[in-house]
Amino acid sequence: MAEERKTVTLIIERQDNPDSKPYVETFEIPYRPNMNVITALMEIQRNPVTKDGKKTTPVAWESSCLEEVCGACSMVINGTPRQACTALIDQLEEPIRLAPMRTFPVVRDLIVDRSRMFDALKKVKAWIPIDGTYDLGPGPRMPEPRRQWAYELSKCMTCGVCLEACPNVNENSSFMGPAPLSQVRLFNAHPTGAMYKSERLNAIMGDGGLGGCGNSQNCVAACPKGIPLTTSIAALNREATMQMFKNFFGSDYN
Amino acid sequence: MANNREFGWRRLHSLLGLFPIGLFLIVHFSVNYYSTKGEEAYNQAAGFMGNLPFLLFLEFALIYIPLVFHAVYGVYIAFTAKHNVNRYGTFRNWMFLLQRITGLFLIVFIAWHVWETRVQKAFGAEVNFDMMENILDNPWMLAFYIAGVVSSMFHLANGIWSFCVSWGITVSPRSQQIMTYITMAFFIVMSYVGIRALLGFVI
Repeated sequence: MAEERKTVTLIIERQDNPDSKPYVETFEIPYRPNMNVITALMEIQRNPVTKDGKKTTPVAWESSCLEEVCGACSMVINGTPRQACTALIDQLEEPIRLAPMRTFPVVRDLIVDRSRMFDALKKVKAWIPIDGTYDLGPGPRMPEPRRQWAYELSKCMTCGVCLEACPNVNENSSFMGPAPLSQVRLFNAHPTGAMYKSERLNAIMGDGGLGGCGNSQNCVAACPKGIPLTTSIAALNREATMQMFKNFFGSDYN
Repeated sequence: MANNREFGWRRLHSLLGLFPIGLFLIVHFSVNYYSTKGEEAYNQAAGFMGNLPFLLFLEFALIYIPLVFHAVYGVYIAFTAKHNVNRYGTFRNWMFLLQRITGLFLIVFIAWHVWETRVQKAFGAEVNFDMMENILDNPWMLAFYIAGVVSSMFHLANGIWSFCVSWGITVSPRSQQIMTYITMAFFIVMSYVGIRALLGFVI
């Protein structure tokens, strides 16, 4: 950056409430070195005046960890869904266009309601049941190479970027999206979690599950954590094929 | 299995695309390739296919019923997608879009093709070399048929690829990549066979 930059221009798609019409406002804020989209939004919050000098309401957004592990600040930045905290102003083309991830219901401005992902995680039983009426004792050990592999899948932060990228996640379909599916693979890989493998598989063989995938493979390209989502889906397809035969013919191998 | 409906339909859709529709298509293309060996050879091969015993049963069980299901459910699948190749211009995303475009085009093409040949046969016309020669005499029709041949083979080749993913045969990225090469080679070879067969009627 040879020449001194004085300002940063942001074009933000805004919406006052879940039912109102979206509109666009342009902001010009003073440039500081090492800014990211979050600090730019904080600047607008401090002085909510548009480029034309019109006073407006501060732009609403969500953020928490500021290190790309919570997923709360996900939004569409210059056409790509990603986290605002790791979107550095110096690396973005200007004017910077911000929009909410419209695959999800918009709450206000850049804030979306990602509940459908958490509902899907409940539906697929993305947890390991260890509670009982008595002490169940220690579970089976997990081999170290398998633990390292599973760690990659556990990096999912439910940010919603893969759902935003998926052509089959939209209002016409009930497809839950790649993220919750990959979590089924994670919890089925765990030695204790594997005890409830068929329950999770049957859940994703229901409506909104595996059947909704159309293999566009956008999810794996979009995932900010590099999770092998399409490999997870294909592996689950294989498991589901076996489960399908078990369900139909009955099986002693549970 | 009441709540398994979508999953089950989707798997059935994938299966029927290969067995029997894909297999039929390969036989269909192979038989038509006799057009390159002259009128007599073609009429003999087509006559053999057209005089198979239990023909109507075979046609309904192996072609019409699976094909109609595949088409109707395919339209539903095609229109539930919201395409975004502008945002994600990856190879697979394009294939995803092309699979749906060729599928929709094939409904138009196959409906027209069946009307022109099989339905006319039911009305008393004879399916033979002359019939195809007359149809393909029109350059627009020839172009339409070439588009149909290429679309059907693309749709089948890419369908084999997604069949392998949907049934869990190719899981790893590498196996899926190799399957891409195999299916695309299949697409090119079968398109050649199909186009040669078409040109056999006009040259």
